[in-house]
Amino acid sequence: MSTPTETLTPFDEAMERYEPVLGLETHVELGTASKMFCGCPTTFGAPPNTQVCPVCLGLPGSLPVANAKAIESTIRIGLALNCSIAEWCRFARKNYFYPDMPKNFQISQYDEPLCYDGYIDVEVDGETVRIGIERVHLEEDTGKSTHVGGATGRIHGADYSIVDYNRAGIPLVEIVTKPITGTGKLAPQVARAYVAELRELMRALGVSDVRMEQGSLRCDVNVSLMPRGGTEWGTRTETKNLNSLRSVERAVRHEIERQAAILDEGGRIVQETRHFHEDTGTTTSGRSKEEAQDYRYFPEPDLVPIAPDREWVERLRAELPELPSVRRRRLQAEWGVSDLDMAAMRNAEAIDLVEATVKAGAPPADARKWWMGELARRANEAGKALAELPITPEQVARVCELVASGQLNDKLARQVLEGVLAGEGSPDEVVERRGLRIVSDEGELAALVDQVIAENADVADKVRNGKIAAVGALVGGVMKATRGKADAARARQLILERLGVSE
Amino acid sequence: MSELIRKTAAELGRLVASGEVSAVEVTQAHLDRIAEVEPKIDAFLHVAADAALEQARAVDERRAKGERLGPLAGVPIAHKDIFTTVDMPTTAASKILEGWRPPYDATVTRRLREAGLVIVGKTNLDEFAMGSSTENSAYKPTRNPWDLTRVPGGSSGGSAAAVAAYAVPLATGTDTGGSIRQPAAVTGIVGTKPTYGGSSRYGLIAFASSLDTPGPFARNVLDAALLHEAFSGHDPLDSTSINAPVPPVVEAARQADVSGLRIGVIKEFVEGEGYQRGVLRRFTEAVELLEKLGAKTIEISCPSFAYALPAYYLIAPSECSSNLARFDAMRYGLRIGDDGTRSAEEVMALTRAAGFGPEVKRRIMLGTYALSSGYYDAYYGSAQKVRTLIARDFEAAFQQVDVLVSPTTPTTAFKLGERVDDPMAMYLADLCTIPSNLAGNAAISVPCGLAEEDNLPVGLQIIAPVLGDDRCYRVGAAVEKALEERWGGPLLKEAPSL
Repeated sequence: MSTPTETLTPFDEAMERYEPVLGLETHVELGTASKMFCGCPTTFGAPPNTQVCPVCLGLPGSLPVANAKAIESTIRIGLALNCSIAEWCRFARKNYFYPDMPKNFQISQYDEPLCYDGYIDVEVDGETVRIGIERVHLEEDTGKSTHVGGATGRIHGADYSIVDYNRAGIPLVEIVTKPITGTGKLAPQVARAYVAELRELMRALGVSDVRMEQGSLRCDVNVSLMPRGGTEWGTRTETKNLNSLRSVERAVRHEIERQAAILDEGGRIVQETRHFHEDTGTTTSGRSKEEAQDYRYFPEPDLVPIAPDREWVERLRAELPELPSVRRRRLQAEWGVSDLDMAAMRNAEAIDLVEATVKAGAPPADARKWWMGELARRANEAGKALAELPITPEQVARVCELVASGQLNDKLARQVLEGVLAGEGSPDEVVERRGLRIVSDEGELAALVDQVIAENADVADKVRNGKIAAVGALVGGVMKATRGKADAARARQLILERLGVSE
Repeated sequence: MSELIRKTAAELGRLVASGEVSAVEVTQAHLDRIAEVEPKIDAFLHVAADAALEQARAVDERRAKGERLGPLAGVPIAHKDIFTTVDMPTTAASKILEGWRPPYDATVTRRLREAGLVIVGKTNLDEFAMGSSTENSAYKPTRNPWDLTRVPGGSSGGSAAAVAAYAVPLATGTDTGGSIRQPAAVTGIVGTKPTYGGSSRYGLIAFASSLDTPGPFARNVLDAALLHEAFSGHDPLDSTSINAPVPPVVEAARQADVSGLRIGVIKEFVEGEGYQRGVLRRFTEAVELLEKLGAKTIEISCPSFAYALPAYYLIAPSECSSNLARFDAMRYGLRIGDDGTRSAEEVMALTRAAGFGPEVKRRIMLGTYALSSGYYDAYYGSAQKVRTLIARDFEAAFQQVDVLVSPTTPTTAFKLGERVDDPMAMYLADLCTIPSNLAGNAAISVPCGLAEEDNLPVGLQIIAPVLGDDRCYRVGAAVEKALEERWGGPLLKEAPSL
């Protein structure tokens, strides 16, 4: 067991001496209406053990029947990851004992995965890194154990454990990368970017809600170090169940620093699973793989082989939606934004929102300005994701329209957005209720202009004498008098006319 | 003793449907018979007298309301205690499931309920269907009605003994390596292993999933066919269930005609060691009889069958080691040692140590070993190859003949205790039946006489291709008809009265 005081080699220093090799195993819970091998619903958050039946409880005599929709989703994932789709493959039993696994074997796939040998491109710091995909296979999820009492929250040392089998049998897709080499310093970011890309891909395919915090996307990361210039990979560790993008990046970084320190001192890396701790950003030893379990895989005799019809596979391929990376490139071109701005929008998860706002009629620049400016600021203040703000892209588009038509200026528009976020209604309702329309009555505006000129005779003289820049103070006076509701451009125009100055 | 218990299931169904006899009368007669013979044969693990009479009353009420009843409505049946039943315990004859009440009916159970059959109880078996004598039951051994010092075969020995003792006209069984045919043979009744996938395994507590096959027991071929038809057919709850019409087994049983059929005698199953002389004699006579009835017989060699037994004892234990992993004391059944001081693993281990019998443990260990990394290819992998070879032998044979025949089992019923300490001797009882499980085709055992050495029944096995179940019944019924004419009635007439 490692301790918090364990020595680490600083990352940059570690990178001078070692080359990291990564491998990622990602589990994605499919969003099918029913479970993998029975008809039970899959709704998240139902009271414990209410979505169960003899099959997913593994009662004696019960038999699995494969969910066709889950097989279809897996094939679509495989196609989107440029994989080959098996012409014939089988489920296999993975045998091991654990109380949250009702049959004490998991129906999974072993040497005959449904999809194999693909790749996905991810972008890191403007560089494209191609990640090889070893396999994509389908299996069933286990139940969820809660270990009560004890210090670690793990089964050993717990006073008692309770199990919720609602999750048992939910279809789970496992996506395994080929070893990722040659990424050097970028390794932690590459790992993160890969998971981020995968998550967007799953969303685009509509196969999963991929909520890492709810466990519908879980990630295990294998890390090993090889001395620079070496050819033989080092012993790897597997850090389990990372549940955020940030954790993926931090875990890789930490493992590199930890392993480098051990190797620096001539030590030996233990092949083991490790647990990541969000609070400290460190990993600790789990179960050692050197006393490895023998899962005694064999073909599942209760299920018939899967032989996806080639025409069907081709139809699924043809019907794939636009993939996220392709879509990002298209939108970037359509919107005419820089790589940097696009990356910022992606990081803020604003792309979908901006796109929807543009679809609702807003110019791309305006849509981006509001989402990445005022709204991003407010989301940040509220500690929420942009998409969680109580405002729709259509409403943002309406605000853009009101500004473009001169009915609102930016300052008023911000107040309208504030009103919408506060639940005061649609943008038009907020304008109405708060009385935010620009003062556009020419007579009223002209009177105000005269009044402001009279009150600021010295400034007016400066303008008359050619110091046009001073007009700003007069415009400010008009804006102040209307509490910001005047059309500033029109006010400026009127003032210059009155003073007999032309630009 | 009521005359009703001597009647065939077909007759009983007719009598109930026509109203000549009530289902309650029929059921009561069999409950009385069970009370009479059960102390001698111990065929049942559970008798549900009240529930049975209630089901019988429901059948009578349906008839009274003018509903048309199916051919087996009101006919009593016993289920091997490995099919789940919502209204009765289901133990698989294991201590580890003592007291378990399943929340769902097996497809076989449900279909027969819907057909109006009256479930009188659950019959004894070798624990989890592992055995050939019913002595591996964790509760008690069952005795052969022909000789109470002998075994009724196994694993479905309780069902076979109950039918042979006239306690029920029909019973269900499961056949993984011969567990229906072998007990049928040694108790002088009819038992069928349908085509794998022809009858649903949903709710059948699994021993070896790729081999387990539910099937019927009856005292005559037509009754077996009626029962076979009643529970067979595609089941969406069993992925391995075949989506095809049930072969016309009842029609075939009525046809009872073999003229023009080509029948192959499996060379390897009449030549080897270990065959009792009387068994071979009755078998040879049956073949001669078939020729007399107009069939053409030829000798067929199936060289791979020599490896069937070892392959079976790798595949079946491998699957069982995984299937039985779920019995871990966590959710249902027995729990030993949960005193608050022990870990989940310790409770699992103590429960399994106490809850599984020696044969079950032996097979779990054999299977665990055979599937282990480093041994898988040599054991499980090779066994699967043998399986393919056996299927090819069958395929080649069925190019030349319509059915194959052999003795069902090399010997007649052996003595209780005679083979319990010699697993290899016990395993040999299934020598002739195992190939059909490995290949998944259909086979039946029908009585073909008594061996002169011990005056005990001998079974004739008739093997048909996949989904050729009707051929088993056609040939079986022809043999039955001719032999009963010769004997002046069914073979069971020769059994001592209990």
